[in-house]
Amino acid sequence: MADRAEKPIKYDTIQSHPTGTIFDTVQNYPTEMVATGPLPTRVQHDNPLVITSPLPEQSWFRRHEALVIGMSAVVVFFALWQAVGSARVVSRLFLPAPSDVIESFGEIVRDGELAQDLAFSGTEFAIGYLGATLTAIPLGLLLGWYPRVRYALDPFVTFLYATPRIVLLPLFIIWFGIGMESKIAVIFLGAFFAILINTTAGVRNLDSHLIRVARSFGARDLVIFRTIALPGSVPFILTGLRLGIGHALIGVVVGELVAAPHGIGRMMAIAGATFQSSKVFVGLFIIAGTGMLMTYALARLERHFDAWRPQR
Amino acid sequence: MKLQARDVVIHHRRQRYGDMLLAVDGVTLDIAEGEFVAIVGPSGCGKTTFLNAVDGLLPLTSGALTLNGRQIDRPGHDRGMVFQQPSLLPWRTVMGNVLYGVELIGIPKEEARSRAKRFVELVGLEGFAESYPLELSGGMQQRVNLARALAVDPEILLLDEPFAALDAQTRETMQQELLRIWNETRKTAVFITHDIVEGVYLADRVIVFTARPGRVKEILKVDIPRPRDLRVKRDQRFLEIETRIWESIREEAARDTLAATA
Repeated sequence: MADRAEKPIKYDTIQSHPTGTIFDTVQNYPTEMVATGPLPTRVQHDNPLVITSPLPEQSWFRRHEALVIGMSAVVVFFALWQAVGSARVVSRLFLPAPSDVIESFGEIVRDGELAQDLAFSGTEFAIGYLGATLTAIPLGLLLGWYPRVRYALDPFVTFLYATPRIVLLPLFIIWFGIGMESKIAVIFLGAFFAILINTTAGVRNLDSHLIRVARSFGARDLVIFRTIALPGSVPFILTGLRLGIGHALIGVVVGELVAAPHGIGRMMAIAGATFQSSKVFVGLFIIAGTGMLMTYALARLERHFDAWRPQR
Repeated sequence: MKLQARDVVIHHRRQRYGDMLLAVDGVTLDIAEGEFVAIVGPSGCGKTTFLNAVDGLLPLTSGALTLNGRQIDRPGHDRGMVFQQPSLLPWRTVMGNVLYGVELIGIPKEEARSRAKRFVELVGLEGFAESYPLELSGGMQQRVNLARALAVDPEILLLDEPFAALDAQTRETMQQELLRIWNETRKTAVFITHDIVEGVYLADRVIVFTARPGRVKEILKVDIPRPRDLRVKRDQRFLEIETRIWESIREEAARDTLAATA
């Protein structure tokens, strides 16, 4: 405190601020150190009321704590698994070790089986998921914005959303055959409703104050839609897209389990039926990896759109 | 004559109760060019409803509202509203929010930007043009709200209790700031408040509304010279006017309580 008393803040500098105003708070700046020992280095700001000093240095470990602990846990898990597998406590048929899974992965990469299955499943997924995105977002915006459209379509949306879409697969196989088309239909429907329902919720949860502001400036419906409804529901739309990935992947695997000429799901079904459990694990990791990768990409996108949210 | 209200009656649609509430019952008043008028009244007296009608957000049941002779029947950029909640678009920066209104009225980009910049500076936020609303304090958010309304260069500025949610110190700072800004723009202004001191400090005239349904109870001239320092709140003349309005509103509030318990 003694140090502070020696260097009092000069209040006469407040008047010399260019606008002649005193800012009511300075919460925009993260820290103000209250000195108990020697004063930390002060950083000069335009506003004489803003006094900041750099945060104390944090160790590398503290800064990357979440990543380090998470990675370690995964490494430990795989090490344990490998140990159990190598010890052959249980039969390899029953529980292959990670090394067996990698070996099996190498095999199907070499004989070209994997490439064909990946291409097949990937095409289904891409068409189904993109199709769902392109149709569900506009329709969801419409449903959220116009109550009457919602009243009309609500029974159907509720019916189809409450039903696991996979039960429609027998019908789709009759209609579209066992090729790609029936799987695309299931994937599409799975992702479609997750995206649709979240987009609708986004529009319905818009801050009515913002709509009033737009109206007050004389904005017409279409302008309010573009400037308030669309940007305002982006977080919800992204949530829908994220949930949609899971639904779409279920469509890929289950659809192909039932009947398909190729695909990761079919590969897993055949491997399972013939007790090639390490190959089943390969399929599992491919599906899980795809899901994680896409979720990560969407999380990045969310962060981009969320730049306005204060950092936690 | 700038804003004219003649026998304005407004019913408020109450969805929850399934009825139409008589909120404003025959308000007649005139507000002159360049005048700063405060409307005070007990809570629920229809003052905000009246202001929303002036902004064109609510239809009149009967009567007439005109601004410079033109009938008010929808929102327009001849009026600029400063809302009670800052109501800022959270995904736009301070600059982007001030630009919002200017963009909507179709001003070319270059001019819009320079105009927005000018008003960001006028409200004292030049260091914060690229900050997002959630990074700002309540007082600073209301500065943006004010700049956004001013930037469309309205003929009349409507303020709906803009400082009601601020803490007492910030509120006084903002009152002082509002007078500074108003002094530079000299916009005709209608300021709604339930804070009598605030109304007297800011306005040329204070209009007291009755308890619901809102009518004009009395109009008091605030003959305190400008520029007004915050210190005038301690002056004899100020206290006289304040007391007079306070008594008037107490009477209304009491009437409202009696009606509610009868």
